[in-house]
Amino acid sequence: MSTPELNRQPERRPDRAALVVAAVLLVVAGVVAWDAGHVAGAVQYARIGPQTIPYVVAACLAGLGIWTVVEALRGDFPARETQELRPVLWIVGGLLVQIATLRVTGFSIATGLMFALVARGFGERRIWLTLPFGIVASALIWLVFARGLSLSLPAGPLEAALGNGLGALISLVRPGGA
Amino acid sequence: METFDLLVQGLGVAVLPMNLLYALIGVTLGTAVGVLPGIGPALTVALLLPVTYRLDPGGSLIMFAGIYYGGMYGGSTTSILLNTPGESASIVTALEGNKMARAGRGGPALATAAIGSFVAGLIATIALAFIAPWVVRFALAFGPREYFALMILAFVTVSAAFGDSTLRGLVSLFIGLTLGLIGIDMQTGQSRLTFGIPDLLDGVEVTTLAVALFAIGETLYIAAQGSRAPDSVEPVRGSLLMTAADWARSWKPWLRGTLIGFPIGAMPAGGAEIGTFFSYAVEKRLTRHPEEFGHGAIEGVAGPEAANNASAAGTLVPLLTLGLPTTATAAIMLAGFQQYGLQPGPLLFTSNPQLVWGLIASLLIANFMLVVLNLPMIGLWVRLLTIPKPWLYAGILLFATLGTIGANPSLVELGLLLAFGLMGYALRVFDFPIAPVVVGLILGPMAEQQLRRALAISQGDVLVLFTSPLAAILLTLAALALIVPTILRARGRGQILSELAADAD
Repeated sequence: MSTPELNRQPERRPDRAALVVAAVLLVVAGVVAWDAGHVAGAVQYARIGPQTIPYVVAACLAGLGIWTVVEALRGDFPARETQELRPVLWIVGGLLVQIATLRVTGFSIATGLMFALVARGFGERRIWLTLPFGIVASALIWLVFARGLSLSLPAGPLEAALGNGLGALISLVRPGGA
Repeated sequence: METFDLLVQGLGVAVLPMNLLYALIGVTLGTAVGVLPGIGPALTVALLLPVTYRLDPGGSLIMFAGIYYGGMYGGSTTSILLNTPGESASIVTALEGNKMARAGRGGPALATAAIGSFVAGLIATIALAFIAPWVVRFALAFGPREYFALMILAFVTVSAAFGDSTLRGLVSLFIGLTLGLIGIDMQTGQSRLTFGIPDLLDGVEVTTLAVALFAIGETLYIAAQGSRAPDSVEPVRGSLLMTAADWARSWKPWLRGTLIGFPIGAMPAGGAEIGTFFSYAVEKRLTRHPEEFGHGAIEGVAGPEAANNASAAGTLVPLLTLGLPTTATAAIMLAGFQQYGLQPGPLLFTSNPQLVWGLIASLLIANFMLVVLNLPMIGLWVRLLTIPKPWLYAGILLFATLGTIGANPSLVELGLLLAFGLMGYALRVFDFPIAPVVVGLILGPMAEQQLRRALAISQGDVLVLFTSPLAAILLTLAALALIVPTILRARGRGQILSELAADAD
């Protein structure tokens, strides 16, 4: 195979981002193999045991990592579109805020915050519209899923009030019922 | 005859009022979610899995059947009215369907897609009912090594055989296999790759991974493209009804599409896309109106849409009879089964025939409901398509996190959701396929079990894997499916393969 050598264009430079992918694969291969070593230490009697497949996977990952290095050096990875980082950060920030506030404020407020931040990432700046909408929509979903389908969604002050309000409403409609 | 009786019994289960209601909720939710741009059937099923958590297994699987078929219908609506298909299996539909919509023939395009999907769904589901018992009888003789060989074949066809790079397909697969190692080893109780975190002992949830990769990864990717690729919804003008000429030009493509799609779906050969491309090529060759192709030929919508749905029903053959998922959607459905402690496979047909046949019958009923519901409700679905992007994607993430919070609101699980979401974004940026990750996660541990069982029987002799004729044939096929495309690509003949790329499901 001599043609690839001839066809190779001079402007093809090593693809650094693809080299990072290769490095990640090699590191993961190392971690899997290291962990398999610990498992193998614990189970000595079986030749084919819980450590066997992890070793195989680690070897394959390492092989794929080296293959990726080769393709990265040859510039074989497809061209990538330029990525805008700012919207990604808004969205990741929104998800982090949701995780952080979930226990404190309950499902609706935490998810409403996430909703507003994600919408902001897509360019919707009218937070006075998105935040209330997100909170109300999440509260309705909480009612349907937590009350109707008894899914365990974390409750906060808003959910407690909603639950009480609903209970009061039910007892109004059906006196002596709930 | 036996099959017919079982199917009638199944229909008896499926038409119970409660089950009809579940099916109705399933098809409505499935269509509503599937119609949203950027959401394919795999994500539809993953997002709606939590809805079924608290139902009994029978009811929830029936709702599931509705969601699955509904998601497929919704996807075709999106690709006809928007030029950005929500799922790769609808790319071909978008080729001609969107052109028809722009020419003011959106109504007939939607109609031929809906009726074609119905015809294909009907025939393919009946074919499923008749083929399944036969495969089951065959599969009962399978030992661990045959299963292992079958899974290796599925790994290769899902990851490396199609798409534009063997390397990237295999990397995706091995990411999935690595994630599959996490947790307690089922045979010895050893914990692997858990790093002392108790939350990881149960392993990575398939739904968490799928929702993160498909919903969060896709959202991040779309956001990072900035304001590029503005979408415009084509209004449905004129009559929804197909003319006599439309019918005359549609019915043969429907049948041909079904004939092409079902076997491809039923074989462990990857996703529904492949069938739709074949069907499109066939219709283009057979048509009497070749000049219309590329400008809105109705055959180019009718055939591929039928192939798409027939192939979706086809993937249920390996899923139900062998427990072998060959698409991301099937992988998530398998996770849905496992949530109830049900393991699809030949034994399920003997141990729980009511459930299996109830499910197959529900597919038939869901199919009828869809064709009745969908055409009148097209106006509503079109309105869903006009939701502005910020609100749409914020809403998608609301539902995406809802599922994980509802299943397990631990910090670790939510952290995993975010981490896998970022991974899904990175995979998209570098053009790695997503489906092999999901299939690898669920099928990896199953393949390991079978391999270790086979090797335990042979006392560690690896040669035993090749001494069964069937296993040897399957492994040879797998090797061919890995090597031949790699050579084709190296010689620059990979375009055909990349056109057949399996992606969203």
